[in-house]
Amino acid sequence: MDKRTTPIAKIFLIAVFLILYVPIFFLIYYSFNSGGTMSHFKGFTLDWYRQLFGDTRMFIIVLNTLVIALLSSLSATVIGVFGALAIYSYKRRAKNTLLSFNNVLIVSPDVIIGASFLILFTMAGIQLGFMSVLLSHIAFSIPIVVLLVLPKLNEMRPSLIDAARDLGASNWHVLSKVVLPFISPGILAGFFMALTYSLDDFAVTFFVTGNGFTTLSVEIYSLARRGISLHINALSAVLFLFTIVLVIVYYFISRRSSMKTMGVRK
Amino acid sequence: MQSKLSRRIYLIPYAIWIALFVVTPIILVVYYSFYDLDGNFSLENYRQFFTAVYLKMTLSSFWYAFLITAISLLVAYPTAYFLVRTKHSQLWLLLIIVPSWVNLLLKAYAFIGIFGKYGAANHFLEAIGIGTKQILFTDFSFIFVSVYIFIPFMILPIFNALSELNPSLLDAANDLGASRWTTFRRVIFPLTIDGVKTGCQIVFIPALSLFMLTRLIAGNRVITLGTAIEQHFLVTQDWGMGSTIAVFLIIIMFLIMALTGNRKRGV
Repeated sequence: MDKRTTPIAKIFLIAVFLILYVPIFFLIYYSFNSGGTMSHFKGFTLDWYRQLFGDTRMFIIVLNTLVIALLSSLSATVIGVFGALAIYSYKRRAKNTLLSFNNVLIVSPDVIIGASFLILFTMAGIQLGFMSVLLSHIAFSIPIVVLLVLPKLNEMRPSLIDAARDLGASNWHVLSKVVLPFISPGILAGFFMALTYSLDDFAVTFFVTGNGFTTLSVEIYSLARRGISLHINALSAVLFLFTIVLVIVYYFISRRSSMKTMGVRK
Repeated sequence: MQSKLSRRIYLIPYAIWIALFVVTPIILVVYYSFYDLDGNFSLENYRQFFTAVYLKMTLSSFWYAFLITAISLLVAYPTAYFLVRTKHSQLWLLLIIVPSWVNLLLKAYAFIGIFGKYGAANHFLEAIGIGTKQILFTDFSFIFVSVYIFIPFMILPIFNALSELNPSLLDAANDLGASRWTTFRRVIFPLTIDGVKTGCQIVFIPALSLFMLTRLIAGNRVITLGTAIEQHFLVTQDWGMGSTIAVFLIIIMFLIMALTGNRKRGV
C-alpha cells in the first residue's frame, strides 16, 4: 500500500481541518472585539468576559447545565452497566431483542425523542422543568453507556469468572472484584459520552423544559435568535476551553485505568 | 454461570427504562396521532398528511437530507481515506472529532456571524470582486452548515472501516495488475461499504429532522419534517398533527435502518 501522503492529499486534509476549525476560532477571536459586532475588529477588550462572569442569570444556567449533566450521566452509567450485565447474561434471542430496544433511542431523531417525552411527561403529570429535563437526559444516555460497556464484557474471558468462583468468591465479590474492574474502561467511556451527550443536547431539552428552567444550549438558542451578541462569543471561548480540558482529563484517566486493568489481567 | 437471581436484579432497572422511555413514548405518539385538535378520535391528521402541502414538505425535506448526506459523503470519504494513511492517524482523527463536541448551537451561531451581511464571507467576496451577496437565509447556507455539522459523524465510521481493511488485499490487487482506480472501485470501496452505510444512516435521519438550523440559518425558508413537528408541538399546540408527522418519521427511520442494515461479511 502507498503509505506516503501525496501533496493533493495534504492540501485536501488541511482544507478540511481549516473548515472545521475556522468557525470556532472565528467566534473566539471576536470575543475580544471591543466593537460589538462579528464583522469589524475594532480593538482588544476583555469586557465581554467581564460581563459574562458578572452575569448571575448565566451563572445559574451554567450551574443547571452542569448539575443535570453530572446527575444524568451518573444515573445513566449505573442503569446502563446493569443493562449491559443483563444483556450479557442472556442467550441469543433475548439478547438481540434487548439490543434492538436499546438502539431505538440511539437512532431516533432528537425531535421525536423530545416530542414523545413531552407527551409522556404531560400525561404522567410531571411538571416540565428540572425533573423532566433530568429524566430525559438519563433516558437518552442509557443506551450509549450500554453500547460502550458491552464490548468490554464480551472481551472478558469466562474462565476469569470461573476461576473466581472456584476460589470461593460470592456473586457480589465476582462482580465487584473481577467483572467491574475489568470493564471499568468501558464504564468510564460510557460516563464521559453520557456527559457530553447531556452537555450538548439542545433539541430534547428544548421540548421538555418549561418556562422556569433553562440549560445552556436552550439559552444560546434564544440569544442567537435575537442576533449577535459578543457575550455568546466569550461564552463559546470558555466552553471550548472546558471541552479541551475534558478531553485531556478523559485521556489521562482512561490511560491510568487501562494500565490498572492490565494489572488485573496478569 | 451467573445465578438467575442476580440476572433478574440486573434486568429490573433496565427493563423499567425500556418500558417507560422506549416503548411508552412510541405508543403515546401513535395514540396522539389519531386525535384531532378538539380531542376527538379521527383519521383527519392522516388525511391531511396526504394533501399536497405536507407531501411537498416531506419531499423537500427528503431532498435536502439527500443533498446533505451526499455532500458529506463526498467530503468525508476522501478525508477518511487520506487520514488513514497519515503517520499519527489516531491523533488526527481525534482532532476531527473535537469540533463535534463544541456545542451545536455555538457552531450555528458562528455561521450567523460568518455568513451575515457584513460577515467574513461577504468581506471575502468583496475582496475578490464578486461583491456582497445574501448568504444567510439561503439554501446554500443551510446545506453548508448542515454538512459542516455532520462531517465528523460521517468520517468516523468510514475511517474505522478503512483502518480495518487488510493491506495485503491491496498488495494482491496491485500484484495482479489492477490500476489504482480499479483497486479502489473493486476492492477498497466494496470492503468499506458498511462504514459508508453507517455514516449515511447517522447523517440522513438527523438531517430529516433538523429544526434548529432551519430557524437560525435558513430563516424558516426550509421546512423539514423536524421543523414541522416542532412547530406543531410548541407553537400551534396541535399535538395530533405533530404526532402524525412523527409517526411517518419513525416509519421512515425504520425503513432506512432496514435498507442500510449491516450484514456482516467475511474478510
